Amino acid sequence: MNAVAASDRAPAEAVFLLGRLVVVPDHSGALWLPDERTLVVADLHLEKGSSYARRGVFLPPYDSAATLATLSAAIARHAPTRVIALGDSFHDREADIRLGEDNRATLQRLQAGRDWLWVTGNHDPQIGAAMGGDSAATVDLRGVTLRHEPDAQETGFEIAGHLHPAAKIRMRGRALRRRCFALSARRCVMPAMGAYAGGLNLRDEAFRPLLGPGFSAHLMGDARLFRIDPRLLLPD
Amino acid sequence: MPAPSPLPPAFDDWFASRGWTARPHQLALLDAARAGRSTLLVAPTGAGKTLAGFLPSLVELTERSGKREGLHTLYISPLKALAVDIARNLDAPIREMGLASTVETRTGDTSAAKRTRQMQRPPDILLTTPEQLALLVSHRDAAPFFSSLRRIVLDELHALVTSKRGDLLSLDLARLRSLAPQVSAVGLSATVREPADLQRFLGGSETPAGLVTVKGGAAARIGILQTPTRLPMAGHTTGHAMGAIYEAIKAHKLTLVFVNTRMQAEFAFQALWTINDDNLPIALHHGSLDATQRRKVEAAMAEGRLKAVVCTATLDLGIDWGDVDLVVNIGAPKGASRLMQRIGRSNHRMDEPSQALLVPSNRFELLECRAALDAVAEAAQDTADARIGALDVLAQHVLGVACSDGFEADALYAEICTASPYAGLARADFDAVVHFVATGGYALKSYERFAKLRQDKAGHWRASNAKIIQQYRMNVGTIVESTMLKVRLGRGRAGKPGEPSRVTRGGRILGEVEEYFAETMTPGDTFIFAGEILRFEGIAGNEAICSRAPPGTDPKIPSYNGGKFPLSTFLAARVRAMLANPGEWDSLPEEVSSWLHAQRLKSRLPQPGELLVETFPRGGRFYLVAYPFEGRLAHQTLGMLLTRRLERAKMRPLGFVCNDYGMACWGLGDMSAAIARGALSLDELFSQDMLGDDLEEWLAESALMKRTFRQCAVIAGLIERRFPGQEKNGRQVTMSTDLVYDVLRRHEPEHVLLKATRADAATGLLDIKRLGQMLTRISGRIVHQPLDHVSPLGVSVMLEIGREAVYGEAADEILAEAEAMLTEEAMA
Repeated sequence: MNAVAASDRAPAEAVFLLGRLVVVPDHSGALWLPDERTLVVADLHLEKGSSYARRGVFLPPYDSAATLATLSAAIARHAPTRVIALGDSFHDREADIRLGEDNRATLQRLQAGRDWLWVTGNHDPQIGAAMGGDSAATVDLRGVTLRHEPDAQETGFEIAGHLHPAAKIRMRGRALRRRCFALSARRCVMPAMGAYAGGLNLRDEAFRPLLGPGFSAHLMGDARLFRIDPRLLLPD
Repeated sequence: MPAPSPLPPAFDDWFASRGWTARPHQLALLDAARAGRSTLLVAPTGAGKTLAGFLPSLVELTERSGKREGLHTLYISPLKALAVDIARNLDAPIREMGLASTVETRTGDTSAAKRTRQMQRPPDILLTTPEQLALLVSHRDAAPFFSSLRRIVLDELHALVTSKRGDLLSLDLARLRSLAPQVSAVGLSATVREPADLQRFLGGSETPAGLVTVKGGAAARIGILQTPTRLPMAGHTTGHAMGAIYEAIKAHKLTLVFVNTRMQAEFAFQALWTINDDNLPIALHHGSLDATQRRKVEAAMAEGRLKAVVCTATLDLGIDWGDVDLVVNIGAPKGASRLMQRIGRSNHRMDEPSQALLVPSNRFELLECRAALDAVAEAAQDTADARIGALDVLAQHVLGVACSDGFEADALYAEICTASPYAGLARADFDAVVHFVATGGYALKSYERFAKLRQDKAGHWRASNAKIIQQYRMNVGTIVESTMLKVRLGRGRAGKPGEPSRVTRGGRILGEVEEYFAETMTPGDTFIFAGEILRFEGIAGNEAICSRAPPGTDPKIPSYNGGKFPLSTFLAARVRAMLANPGEWDSLPEEVSSWLHAQRLKSRLPQPGELLVETFPRGGRFYLVAYPFEGRLAHQTLGMLLTRRLERAKMRPLGFVCNDYGMACWGLGDMSAAIARGALSLDELFSQDMLGDDLEEWLAESALMKRTFRQCAVIAGLIERRFPGQEKNGRQVTMSTDLVYDVLRRHEPEHVLLKATRADAATGLLDIKRLGQMLTRISGRIVHQPLDHVSPLGVSVMLEIGREAVYGEAADEILAEAEAMLTEEAMA
C-alpha cells in the first residue's frame, strides 16, 4: 500500500438519503442533490463587509468576491442545472444595491443557462429583481422541504440553513473549530458559505430540538469534509 | 561666602529641616529646566529620582508668584497606582513648604465631573497615564489646554518605551512639542544599555535630551541559593529549593519572591504553604488575581503585616509597598537588566546594599544565573533595542489627531518623524495609514462614502462626525487583553457514581485565566489557581466553572506555560561561552560540571558560532536535537518550520518540544541514516529560505499569527474592542477576526494592517527576527553528531516532552485523527 498522509485518504464521497432525496455534502459547504442536478447553498451573506462599513468598521471589502469564488468553484465542480440559495443570501436589504459591478457580473455569469432560486431569509425577506432568478419562501423536492430557518415542528424531511452550524473538537492539545453540516435522519442543517459568516456551536441549545441523538457532524477541512463522532464535539 | 543657593528660601529651609541638602543631580535637572533643555536622569532606586523630576516644576511654580496660568506640569507613569502613589508623595513637600501648587491625578477612575472640571480649570501638576494622555491630546480643546504646559515628567521611562504603549506615548509627546513649543521633558529611568535611545525618545529624534547619570549606590549582594538537594535536569517548578527559600524568608523582614509566570507563582505559593509550619504570613500577587485581592495584598505589605509575597512582573515597577529586605528570583533571570531592576526592589535606599538570591530550577538555568551574576558584577545591561514604531499604533494616533483639531498631512508627517520610534517612517507608509483610517485603505475603493476622515477644500483632514470621535475614545490604548475567562468557584453537587458531578453557577470569582489555557483542559482536570487546587468543570459563557478538588489531589495540568520573557541574546551568548570553556566549570556545583563533562565525552559541546545538531534513536522513534540558544519563541517557530520540512523529506515527524536553549523533534524516519546516505542535508534543512515559502504557508494558518492580527486590528481601530452586537462574548470576536484575516491575506496581502502584523510577528510571539539572525549566523557551520543514545544536554531538552509538547498546526491532520477515532470504533 502506498503511504499517504491520513488527510489525503478521503473516504468515498459520502451519500445520504433524506426520505427519497439523495444528498451529498460538498466540502465547500454546498449540498449536491445529484438526482435533481441541483446545488443548494446557505447563508451567503453577501455585502456583510460593507454593511459594517456603514457603521465605520472597514472590514476588507472582499467578502462578496470571496464568497462568490467559493460558490463558483462548487458550481464548476457539479455543473448543476439549478442553484438554490437557502436564504440570507444578502446581508441586509440594501446589500443588492451595494454589490459591486464585478460581483454582479460574476453572479450573472453563474446564473446563465441554469435555474436560480433565492429562498428568502430573515436578512433578505425580499430579493431585488436586478439580482435575477426567482424567489420563494420554501421549496419542496421529492417530499423534502427546503427553507431558510429550520422548523422544529416539521414532521417530514427538511433542509435548512440560518443557524451557521460549527463544531469544535480537541486533539493533540489543540482545539479546532470548523463550520459543519449537521445531518440527522430527517434533517440537514447546512453551514454558512459567506466569508464573514460566524458559526454557532452544534452544542448550543438552538440545535437540541432539531437534531436527534443519532446525528452526524461533517466538519469542513481544507481539502475535504471530516465526519466526526458527535461525542467528540465540545461546547465553546 | 558660600555661593548663593539656586533654590528659593522655602526649599533651602525644607531641605535643612530634614537634614538634607539638594543632591547634585537634582540641581543639574533644575539648571537644565531653567535653560529649557530636556534631560534624561538615569539613577538607581533610592536616589531621589521623583523629587529630582518635580523640583524644577515646584521651584518655577513658586517663583511665578502664585498667578494661575493653566496646566504647568504633566507627569506620565506606566501604572495608575504609581500616579496615585506619587500624588501622595508630593503632598508632603508641598504642604511642608507651604507652596500653593495644586496636584491632581487623572486616571480611568476619575469621575466625569472631575474630568470636565480639569479641562476648564486645570491643576498646576497633573499626574496621569499614557492612555489618558492620548485621550487628552485628542480632545477638542487640546490646543488651549496644553498651550501653557512647561514641563513633562516621564517616570519609569525604561519600562514605557519597550512596547506599543511607548510608540503611542512618543507620538503624543511629538504632539505636545507642537502644541507647547516651550515645553521641556524630564525622563526618569533605571540603568539601560543605550541611554541615547531614551534621550532621543524624550527630546525628539533630531533634538535628543541631555543626560544626567547617578552612579549606582552600594553594590547589591547577590548569591545563588545553595540547596542540599541536587539540581534537576529539567523542569521549572524549583520544588527542590522550597525548603531553603522558606528558611531565607524566616531570616528576613519582608521577602519578595519573584517568578516569571503566573503558573510558577501558583506553584511556589502552594509549595511554601505546604511547609509553612510557623504559619508565616505569605501572600500571592499576580495579574490574573481579582483586583480587590491584589489591593488587599498591597495594603498588607505597606502596613508591614506580611513576611513574604510571591509575585510576577506585576510588582516589577517602582511602587514602594513596604520595607523589602530580600529579593528571591525563582527560575532563570532571562535578562540581566530585568534582574537588576527586580533586585532594586529590596532596600530602597541608595547607601544600603540590596540583598538577593537567585534560585535556578534546573541545570541550564544555573548556567544562566551564573551568566547573569557576571553581568550584574560588570553592570552590563541587556535592555531591548529601541523600537521601530508600529503602524497600527500610528493609525490610532492619526485618528486621535483628526478628532481634536484635524491635521495637514505634510505637517503631521513632519511632526511624527520627530517621535524617535517613527524617525524612519516612509512617507508612503504614512499616507497608507491615513487612507486606512479614512476608508480602510483598500485597493478596492468601495468605502469612500462612509469615510471616517474627510479633507476640506484646503486639504485639512478632520473626523467626519461626532460618532467617530466617540468610537475612537472607546478604543484608545495599545493594551489588548487576550481573551480571558473568569474562574468561578461553583458550588459542587456530587452526581451519581459514574456521572460527572454537577456544579451550579453562582459561586465566588477567583480571578481570570487565558481562554487558550482553559481550552486545553477537559472537565475533571485539576490545576492550581489562586493558591488552591481546582477541578475544572467546564466553560459556561465567559466563565470557567471550577470546584475545589478533594484534599490530597495532585494537579494534573502542567503548571508551567512557558517563560513570558525569552532568554536575552546577551545572556545566551554568555551561557554559550561558559559551555565552551571547561576551565570555568570547577566553580559550578558538582552535578552540573559532571553533566557538562559527560556531554563532552558522549557527544560534544556546542561551540560559540556553530549549531550542534544531534540525532539518535530512542524507543522506536528517531530524534533530532538542536541547540540554537535563541529563546523559546524563536525555537517554537523553528520547530514549526522544521517539522514541515521534515514532512517533505519523508521523515514523518510527529512532534517537537523546545525550551530557551534547544529544540527536539521526533518522528518515524531514521534521520541519522538519512543524513549518512546523503538523503537528508542539515544545511538544507536549516537553510535561510525556511523563512520564505515555508514561513508564508505556516503563517496562513498559524493561530499565533491570527492572534497577532487581532491585536493589530483592535489597536488600529479596524475592529472595536467591543465588536458591534457581540459585547456579550469576546470569544466570538476571535472567530470573526480570523475570517477577516483569511480574506485580507488572500485578496490584499500588502495591506498596511498585514504589514503591521508581520512586523509584530517578527519580534513578538514568533520572534522571526531572532530566528533569521541565527540561521544566518550558523549557515555553513552546522555540526552534526549522530549518537546511539540521547546526550546529557539532550535529556534536559527532551524532558520538556509531555510537559510542553507542541505539534504542527495542520488542521486537516487533526480532523483526520478525530475522524479515525470514529472509524476505529466502527471497525472494532
